[in-house]
Amino acid sequence: METITSVFTDVIWSPYAVGIGIGILSWLSFLISGKPIATSTTFARAGGMIEEMMMGKKAKQRPYYEKIKLMINWQWMLVIGVVIGSFISAILSGDFKVGVWVPSLWASAFGDSAFLRVIVAVLGGIILGFGARFAGGCTSGHGISGTLQLAVSSWISAIFFFVGGIIAAHVIYFVIA
Amino acid sequence: MKESEKEVTTKNTVESEDKRNLFYGLGFGIVFGFLLHKGGATKYDVILGQLLLIDYTVLKIMLSAAASGMIGVYTMKSMGWVKLSIKSGSVGMNVLGASIFGVGFAVLGYCPGTIAGAVGNGYLDAITGGVAGIVLGTWIFAIMYPALKDGILKKGFFGDITFPSLLKVNDWVAVVPAIILIILVLFWIEKAGF
Repeated sequence: METITSVFTDVIWSPYAVGIGIGILSWLSFLISGKPIATSTTFARAGGMIEEMMMGKKAKQRPYYEKIKLMINWQWMLVIGVVIGSFISAILSGDFKVGVWVPSLWASAFGDSAFLRVIVAVLGGIILGFGARFAGGCTSGHGISGTLQLAVSSWISAIFFFVGGIIAAHVIYFVIA
Repeated sequence: MKESEKEVTTKNTVESEDKRNLFYGLGFGIVFGFLLHKGGATKYDVILGQLLLIDYTVLKIMLSAAASGMIGVYTMKSMGWVKLSIKSGSVGMNVLGASIFGVGFAVLGYCPGTIAGAVGNGYLDAITGGVAGIVLGTWIFAIMYPALKDGILKKGFFGDITFPSLLKVNDWVAVVPAIILIILVLFWIEKAGF
């Protein structure tokens, strides 16, 4: 029987409940913090901070890091929060994965080598991180926060995220595999 | 109060407000991450399922978030409670850059928000290679930025426009059709059996 508590322990909610939840969360984010939900600049700040730790102050002088400013800010905390929130939901619903290196769909086409999957994840991550900063946003900043504000840049980006993604996914699973 | 004291007071207020805002950021993130996991969006299989057009979960989440978010944000804007925060754009950024992002999206199987969720969900390919790759990719962009910023990133520049400002109409003349269109697309996806 569905009870108040079982809602929190369910592994999956309706995508519409989740979507509307994120929509309402974005109202509060605009109202309370005056900011749209976004995540990808945090990865760029992290990269700059790592460079700063290894190479010293020079990193800060890169024009891009001067533009985005290397500091722990609201969005940094939001990304940390996403890790925590997902962890809480996963634990509550018994869905926390231990020792899973290879997603099952990947394994069905490319086998269960953790090494291959991690190498491809690094490669995909590089392309994704580069593309996110190139486009000025990601699936959260453009795809949700930008589209809900009817930003032209975000609607074009969201469409091309999927154009690029759908073509590449089909090449990976129907040509390469 | 002396001018210098006033300055200090303002500065302290700003700093404590910033600190409070960091906690709000954390709180918004926790709810966002919780919802992403409940939606299944922290999983490679769900994201690739969308890009292979066999599982429409990701699109359903994004479109229903956009429609519901739009209603509230534009209502609050018309009340004067909030200001929009529109990203400036260009053809180079939003066509070429976004297509590159899309390829990475398919190869990695997570995006910057959902990978944080995948980390919380325990997926080791995300925790190791995925996060490292994204950080590395942004760093490569930072190195190349001086060469890109006045070239390809400016190509076909159109700035921080919205559909209402582009069409020179009242906000609601664009918001209402956009929401109807999103609902129709969602109905069509459901009717097609996805």
